Amino acid sequence: MTTRLHVDWTRCDGHGSCVELLPRLLGVDDFGFPVPHSGERDPVVPRGEEDAARHAVRNCPLMALRMYDAAS
Amino acid sequence: MSTPVATTPALSRRLLGGAGTDRAAHLARYGAPPHLRLDDLLQAVTESGLTGRGGGGFPTATKVRAVAAGSRKPVVVGNAMEGEPLSSKDAVLLTHNPHLVLDGLEVLARAMHAKRAILAVGPEIDAGPVTAAARGRRLDVVPLEGGFIAGQETALVNQLDGGAAMPRDPFTRVTESGVGGRPTLVLNAETLAQVALVARYGAAWFRSAGTGDDPGTSLFTITGSVASPGVVEAERGSVLREVLAPAEPLRPAAVLVGGYHGAWVPVADLDVRLTGAELAPYHATVGAGILHVLDGGTCPLDFAADVVAYLAGESARQCGPCLNGLPRLATDLKRLAVGVRDPDLPSEVRRMSALVTGRGACAHPDGSARFVASTLDVFRGHVSAHLGGWCPSGRQPLRVGRAS
Repeated sequence: MTTRLHVDWTRCDGHGSCVELLPRLLGVDDFGFPVPHSGERDPVVPRGEEDAARHAVRNCPLMALRMYDAAS
Repeated sequence: MSTPVATTPALSRRLLGGAGTDRAAHLARYGAPPHLRLDDLLQAVTESGLTGRGGGGFPTATKVRAVAAGSRKPVVVGNAMEGEPLSSKDAVLLTHNPHLVLDGLEVLARAMHAKRAILAVGPEIDAGPVTAAARGRRLDVVPLEGGFIAGQETALVNQLDGGAAMPRDPFTRVTESGVGGRPTLVLNAETLAQVALVARYGAAWFRSAGTGDDPGTSLFTITGSVASPGVVEAERGSVLREVLAPAEPLRPAAVLVGGYHGAWVPVADLDVRLTGAELAPYHATVGAGILHVLDGGTCPLDFAADVVAYLAGESARQCGPCLNGLPRLATDLKRLAVGVRDPDLPSEVRRMSALVTGRGACAHPDGSARFVASTLDVFRGHVSAHLGGWCPSGRQPLRVGRAS
């Protein structure tokens, strides 16, 4: 079981708080929107980053982030 | 399961030999649609190997099963939005054979004990024949607003719920929660017609056309540099050259397979079979059966720049990467097309295509990026020529010159 991070792109406005809080997971693109370093659609949250990811989900001003458990 | 009837249509005239809106003629040709229990219908559709004909190519039985597993009565939606400008197969199908599409919708709705059955019709399609054909049936024909992305599953559900034709976040699938919050089965109009045939004649009959991996027939819309554009029906797995032949291609240089979200097959490879496996090296799929012929006298980069400018304009403007990335792609392709001699342009276009991919609520950025990447791959020599100040299609120098 892995935990993944999902961005609702219809909500995301490129505020960037998730990129600040999860620098190991997310970078920023040319337009200020988060881009997973792994290139995955919904990037895996690495072990040890779960708290930071929860923090990012809670702090997204547009409520565009969520975490979920996936089979792989 | 139903048994085959004597009037089994000939191969490749399965869908287009319809009797218009005349129900008696329709019944004389195809027989009455059977009443199947869900188990029997699912078994037939599973064994048939039918896949969606709207573009995604997803196994139809898997979708039906997912929706039927929901605890609430589902909604069954026929998708005849046909927002892709190069496609007219659903329009032709609904003009020539509306009853077959409605039969498929009804057979599914009945077997699934659906709350509602709806055929959603886009503005490019004449809803007259199918509305006439729907009289006395327990389903609604609903004309909707159009646009390139209006047929995306979540945009369609949004519009049916009274909202705009805008995709929504696909995290919760419409198979779980779609129209009115109910599990929703969205199938393309042609897929419904195929379901109507499978329900009548069974899986073995369906598989008597096409290949083992990719059975049945499909409608193909042939446009571009051809003497007779139009819609043909062909077996799945047919050779591209043979499917194009009735339309009589004129000086073909390449064929765009799958439309504006599709990919190019160069003219040297027209003997490829239209199957997932043989089209994979081109990053193409049969999709909704769009085949657009580009002639040797048209600059592919100019064509692509216009297409991507159109696609950028069709963005729902909800998702940042699509809203910002597609116009950037269109601009850079146009610069390449007009002859700006900036050697970094191709790699920049590739980078931007990769950047938008997978970063949107619907398939629009991914499909647009696929088309752009294919253009750079297949017309690699053409790109080099442009960077050298020469367009092979126009056989003339490009006059814009070096980027400052």
